[in-house]
Formats: sequence, structure tokens, C-alpha cells
Amino acid sequence: MTEHRDGVDAAAADPGSGPRHWSAARLPRGLHPGAWWLWALGLATAASHTTNPLLLALLVAVAALTVLRRRTDAPWALAFRMYLVLGAVIITMRVVFRIVFGGGQGEHLLVSLPEIPLPEWAAGIRLFGPVALEQVLGGFYDGLRLATMLVCLGAANALANPKRLLKAVPGALYAVGTAVVVALSVAPQLVESVLRVRRARRLRGATGRGMRALRGIALPVLADALDRSLALAAAMDSRGYGRTAAVPAGQRAATGALVLGGLVGVCAGTYGLLDSTGSGYLGLPMLLAGLAVAVTGMLLAGRRVHRSRYRPDRWHPAELLVAGCGIAAAAVTLLAGSVAPELLYPPVSPLTWPEVTPLMLLAVAAAAGPAWLAPPPPGSPSTRPPTVGTSGSTVAAPTRTGDPATSVPGGHP
Amino acid sequence: MITFDRVTVRYSDDGPPPLREVSLRVEEGELCLVAGRTGAGKSTLLRAINGLVPHFTGGTLYGSVTVDGRDTRRHPPRDLADVVGVVGQDPLSGFVTDTVEEELAYGMEQLALPAAVMRKRVEETLDLLGIAELRHRPLRTLSGGQQQRVAIGAVLTSHPRVLVLDEPTSALDPTAAEDVLAAVTRLVHDLGVTVVLAEHRLERVVQYADRLLYLPGDGQVVDGEPAAVLTGVDLAPPLVELGRLAGWTPLPLSVRDARRQAGALRQRLADTTPPEPPPAPEAAPVLAARKIVVRYPGTVAVAGVDLDLHRGRVLALMGRNGSGKSSLLWAVQGSGPRHRGTVTVDTGGGRDPVDPKQLPAGQARRHVGLVPQTPGDLLYLETVDAECHQADRETGAAAGTCRTLLDRLAPGLPGDRHPRDLSEGQRLALVLAVQLTAAPPVVLLDEPTRGLDYLAKRQFVALVRGLAAAGRAVVVATHDVELVAILADRVVVMADGDIVADGTTAEVMLASPAFAPQVAKVLAPAPWLTVEQVTAALGPAWEPA
Repeated sequence: MTEHRDGVDAAAADPGSGPRHWSAARLPRGLHPGAWWLWALGLATAASHTTNPLLLALLVAVAALTVLRRRTDAPWALAFRMYLVLGAVIITMRVVFRIVFGGGQGEHLLVSLPEIPLPEWAAGIRLFGPVALEQVLGGFYDGLRLATMLVCLGAANALANPKRLLKAVPGALYAVGTAVVVALSVAPQLVESVLRVRRARRLRGATGRGMRALRGIALPVLADALDRSLALAAAMDSRGYGRTAAVPAGQRAATGALVLGGLVGVCAGTYGLLDSTGSGYLGLPMLLAGLAVAVTGMLLAGRRVHRSRYRPDRWHPAELLVAGCGIAAAAVTLLAGSVAPELLYPPVSPLTWPEVTPLMLLAVAAAAGPAWLAPPPPGSPSTRPPTVGTSGSTVAAPTRTGDPATSVPGGHP
Repeated sequence: MITFDRVTVRYSDDGPPPLREVSLRVEEGELCLVAGRTGAGKSTLLRAINGLVPHFTGGTLYGSVTVDGRDTRRHPPRDLADVVGVVGQDPLSGFVTDTVEEELAYGMEQLALPAAVMRKRVEETLDLLGIAELRHRPLRTLSGGQQQRVAIGAVLTSHPRVLVLDEPTSALDPTAAEDVLAAVTRLVHDLGVTVVLAEHRLERVVQYADRLLYLPGDGQVVDGEPAAVLTGVDLAPPLVELGRLAGWTPLPLSVRDARRQAGALRQRLADTTPPEPPPAPEAAPVLAARKIVVRYPGTVAVAGVDLDLHRGRVLALMGRNGSGKSSLLWAVQGSGPRHRGTVTVDTGGGRDPVDPKQLPAGQARRHVGLVPQTPGDLLYLETVDAECHQADRETGAAAGTCRTLLDRLAPGLPGDRHPRDLSEGQRLALVLAVQLTAAPPVVLLDEPTRGLDYLAKRQFVALVRGLAAAGRAVVVATHDVELVAILADRVVVMADGDIVADGTTAEVMLASPAFAPQVAKVLAPAPWLTVEQVTAALGPAWEPA
């Protein structure tokens, strides 16, 4: 408020800077979300370059282990199980499709299902018929690869707070990030509104069915949402949201084009890198070029934004280590592929037992590193102090909203 | 610090302006209270201070508003964010982030303060408002009082020189309101922050105020010392009414001031006693609830509560936010969850008693009517008349029943008005009329007086007394001790899902200072509760000294 007080503030040292000992780096804290995402993308890249079921199973195990050891008890962290279920569904679907539509031939017949005759124009499609072990295994390998990639991304989602990831977006994308954060917090409010109004309508004897009910619920909920968003907009405006320096329109368009073009390049490059059949120039060079363009655009735009960040996530050695582990896992798998491609893609015909080479084990070991190397998350059972009032225990505490009428079952986060 | 120079605000060309030719100055370090009836322009006045009027709300502002030397004409609200901090009526709807610590930092991030400064100010503010133990909590899980303090903290971190608060305690129980007001007065006294605060319940705030801006509703602003302004004002806290009755000058604003002047009055009342409360009803209760249990995931909202309601009686249900009042009302009505326990409603005429939970919703409301905390949830049509017709149709009542009821509750409400354009009190009357169309013998009202000014509250009291006189059993869940003192025959206090006190109004309210109304505090140990009782005891021949 006064000169004096500001002076004192400015003199205070940033507690995040200064020499860090190894023991300090091991203190419980949340890791930069980008580190977890890089690690998970590394694992997914490794998985995309193999159909070896042993290696894929090991990668899933590693992802699960890391999630179990390093996740918090936040709601998004509990979604990991859903990704596992989704992976199982993908594998089942793949195998079932192979059985239903036949296609693959093999020597080891498992069962012979009666084939359904199809009309002339559907030639080339076979329904049921003999089921060979090779064909089922092929479907299983394929499904497992896809499921593993999905589980890796699920692990990143469980380990990194999605909102913190949005906070880490560059200044140029700040407005977009804010919009997404606000939308994320509005959704549960909307659900709460709907539940509240539906319950209130019962007081008037409404049954809750038909067009009239829809209108009776939608109108108060929409009016409520509108009131709330106006209040939020007024609050954000009064608190200084949008205090950016004036930017000329031309420059704004240029930075927008740079950022968008760069992001398209990054997408294309990532696709090229993950798709092993793509041509060479689509891979790493495209990714790097896209990144460079996007970063330039964001730096340009970010210079005009007058805003600072409270306790930003920073890249410390632990973050580099975690991201490095993921990249190493991908690199070693690629290396193993160039040394012995037939071991990464074990043929199903003739049937061979999949093998694991020392190189593959090395990749898995690298991927598993963060389970021990990353600092434990705050509020995990092993690190939580026995006092009440820490973040972990209060989140789980009985919720007391200011408004008991809205505390409908299921309406609580 | 704040200067209004001949300010006129118009939202439309034909309507009367909420503010007309207003000139005033608020000096640095003042706690300035803004009072007035609903719709008198309090919010417009507050929002003009940081330029939300007219930059955000639209409308036209003539004249000029200057804050710390900055004219709001040239500075939109975001450019005044470092000078004026504004906290709205519902703090939850103004939160941008989702944890306490991030919310405190949000405003500073927008001002581009260095990270080290932010870190330090967040810690200072957490301590200043006593919310340090909440720092990692999600905002939605906080109680009302905690949310209000976090909202104040969130604007304080930018070190504004002016703090604008719109009804900061209206939704809070007495203790939480004390916490918030203590924090505000501390800011004024320790940091010299200028505070402009609007509030309906003057009895809570007026003793702390240096100035009172009273808006009579015609666009003018009466400006002056609180005691002086209140002398000529029709809305006043009970303490001031008692002071007028007893002829005290200056009018007392705090219980301490009043007690020091009340010696003569206490003496005068020594040989009279307040009227006896009505005897315990002999008839069987019209509604009997037994061992009601309501649970939500992770918490027990109502833990085995018994409740009897009698015809012609008004019961006040009190207790802090989250103590289970609303859950109990909803469980008794049958529309909310009820995990154990029974409710029986006597239907009269020798028929079997019923449990509203077992009946379809349309039948249940004929036995127990409930007006929820946000009455607007029940309204979804375009006009007042349409709502009334719909109410007649859905209950099978004779056409015009609802409108007749409404005219008795709130005379002269235009039928073509949109329900969302009504004032809080009018909307409450409309919903009450809709619910009464089904003629339930039991009426439950959840926090009905939120946002009502003294006059609307007086009308509400008359209305509820009318319902009781017509033989209905009424339950009012509320935080407002002054209202309870005037209105209730019986008071039930809940805490943590249990009933902790149950007795006549005098028994319960005189037992603890937290629930004692102002008159009781002034005239203690004699058991007087309301100005009304004192007036009656003094008799028509009483002449103030």
C-alpha cells in the first residue's frame, strides 16, 4: 500500500531460488505437469514402436506402478483406473472384431464357427468362420499396443494436475487458459443448479418429465448461470483481469499466425514421429521446426502481457530427470528396433514366443525411474503430518457449503 | 479519498434515476455504511466507486466520480484494481480460481507484481484475516463466513486503499458475521483502509460506522453521523427504536451505549413483566417427525431429530450455516432425502395421518408446503399472472385463488411483471402465494428474510402471523435473532445435525449471548425481547423524558 511496505516486499527473497540440496529436492511437492507429460509421451512413443506383448505389459506395469507411488488423492488422480478399463475394452474389441470378421488365416485352428453367407456385393468380407490362434493373437498384439499408449497418457493425466498444466501455458495463450479454467469450474456449478432446481420443482408437485419439465428446469438454471457469469465477469474486471498493454492489430494477427502455424507443425511432427511408416522429413525435423515457430510467436505475444505468476512451476533437476527417463525409454526402444526389429514385432505366423532383450529391459528400467526418482507428492499418506488441517486431510473432510439447501447427494465434489 | 461530484445515474430514459445529483466525499480511513431500502440504489452507488457503473452495467453517468485522484470516466474497473477492491454479495460467484491460496494471488497476478512480493503478501493476508489454516482448501468446501473472509482477502492482497463490500454478512450466522466484521474493523483501524459497506441489518454494523449514507429511494443521499442520520429514518435497528421510545440522545448505536443510558428505563420496567408466552398447546401436533436421519456422503446432516409442529404456532429453527436446518426441512417435506425416521401429518376430519414422503409430489404439497432458500427456483414463466394461473391449474384450485392470496401478501403487484424483475420480498411473496394455493396446514420457510430490508421484514412478520392466526403451523429457518424475537413462539437450535436447545423464545434466546436480541442485552436481567413488548408495557400514557 505504501512505499515503505512495497520496499519490504521487494526485499524478501524468493524462497524458491537459492542453492538447493539434494535432500531439499526430495521434499514432497508437486512436479511440473510438463515433466510428467514428457515422461508419458516418451513411454507412449516406446509403446507405439513395438507389438511385443511382454514389453508392452511391462510398460503398462511401469505406468501403473509410477501412478500408484506418485499420485495425490485429487479427483483426477483417481481416474487412472478408468483408463485401465478403457484399455481392456480396446483389447477385447480388437480380438472380437478379428473373430467376427475373420480375415486372418492360420494353421492353429482354435474353433470353427459357422460362417454366415453374405450376398455377392459384400465379397471379401467374411462373417465368423474358422478362428485361428494367429488371427486372435494378431488382434491381441495390436489392441495391446493401442491400450498401452492410452494407459501412458492416462498416467500423465493422473499424475499432473490438469489445471496447473493450463496455468503453465505461455502468456500469449493466457486468455484461452483462463476461459478453459472458468469453464471447468462452471460445469460442476451447473450440475448443482440442475439438481437444486429439479428438487425445488417437486415442491410445486411437478413430476419432472416432458417438455414442460425441461422448460421449468432449463429456465431457472440458465438464468442462474447467466447471473453467475455476469457476477464473475464483474469480479474479474474489478480485480484487474485484462490489464494488457495496447497491441496493434497487425502484430496481434502475426503472432496468432505464428503460434497456430507452429502448433500445426508440432502436431504433424509428432504424428510423423509416432507413425513409423511415415517419411523421414515428417518426423523430428518437422517437430523441431514447428516448435521453433510456435515458441517465437508466443514469445512475441507474451512480451505484451503485463502479468505475473504466483508460485509458478519451475524446472528443477527432478523435473529434468523425470522427463529424461521418458525420453530415454523411447530412445532405447528405438535403438532396440534398429538392432533387432523382429524382436520388437514378434511374428504371429509362424508362431514364435516373444522374447525380451537386455535393451528392452533397459528401456523399461528407464521408464520406471520416476517411481523412485520423482519427489513424493504433497499430502500423500507417507508424507502427511499427523496434524489436522493439511491439504490432504481437509479435502476429504465433510464438506460444509454455506448453503445447505444445495448439498444434494452427489452434488459434492 | 472518494469524491462524488453531482453524480446522476440513469439506466433508461423513462425510469427514475437511482442516483440524482449526488455530491459527497469519503475521507481516508473512514468506515462508511450505506443503508436504504431494497432498490434504493445502494448497489449502484457502490459499483460507481470502481467504475463498474457505467463501464460494466451500461447506463449513463453524469457528473464525475474520483477515487484517489483517478476519474472513473477515464479509468475502467480493471485500471482501478490497485486502488479499489470490490467484494460482491455472493462471494462464491466472484471466485475465479479454486483454492484459497490461488484466489488470494489472482488479483496480484493481474497487476504483474513480482513473485516474491506476491508470496509474502499472501502469507500476510492469510494471517491478517485468520484464514491461514484454509490455504489449500478448495473454495467450494468453505463455510459462508470463511468464503466471505477469503473474498475480502483476495482483494486485499492488491493493497487497495478503498474496500467496497456489498452486504458482506447477509447470508451469515451471527458468529460468522462477527468474524467478518471484526476483520473489516481491523483493516480500518490497523491499516487505515477506507471501507464502504452496504448492509440491511444495521444492528450488526452501525456501531462500527463513522459515517452513514442513507438512500431514501428518490435518488438523494442523506450523509452524516450515524446517530444523527438514524433519527429521521424509517428503518432502524431495534436499539435505535428503543432509544427513540425512551427518548435517549444521542441515539445509542451499540449495546454498551444503550446500557449506560438505560438505568431509568430499567427502573421504570422493574415492577412489570413481559407478557407470558402462549401456553404449551394441548392439541395433538399437526405434524410429528420422529428420529429423522439425513446423510450425505462423508457427513451426517441430520442425526435422529424429533420435531412436533402445532397449529397456529410459529417455530424458529436456528443454528449456524451447515448445522442441518435445511436438510431437516426438506426431509420433513418429503422432497429431500430421508434415510431413516417417520413423518406423520394429521389430515383432520378423522382421516388417517399421512407421510408426505409416501405421496406423489403433487399430493405432498397439500400437506406440507416448503419455500426453499432460493425461491426463484420455483418460477419459470414470463409473468406474475402466468405463474398464478399455473399455480391454480396444478393444484386444481378455483381460478384466481393464487392471485387473491398474492394480493393479501403483497398488494398491488403488477401482473405483467417478469418474476425475475421483482424485488426479493416480492418474489418471496409470489412463491409463498404459489405454495399456499395448495392450502397446506404446515408451511416451512427456509431463510426467507435474506435480502429483506426492515420494512419488507415488518411486512413478512405480519404475513407469517396471519398464517399462524389462520391455524397453520409455520417453521422459519433463519439466522436473524431480531426477527425470531418478534416472530416465534418456540425456538429450536440445531448444531451438527442435533437439536441442542428447544423451548419458548424467551427461554432459548435469553440463555446465551449469541442468540440474545439487542433489547434483551440492554434490559438484562429482565426478560424483555422486543421493542414491541416494552412499548406495550409502558402503556399509551408513557412520555419519554
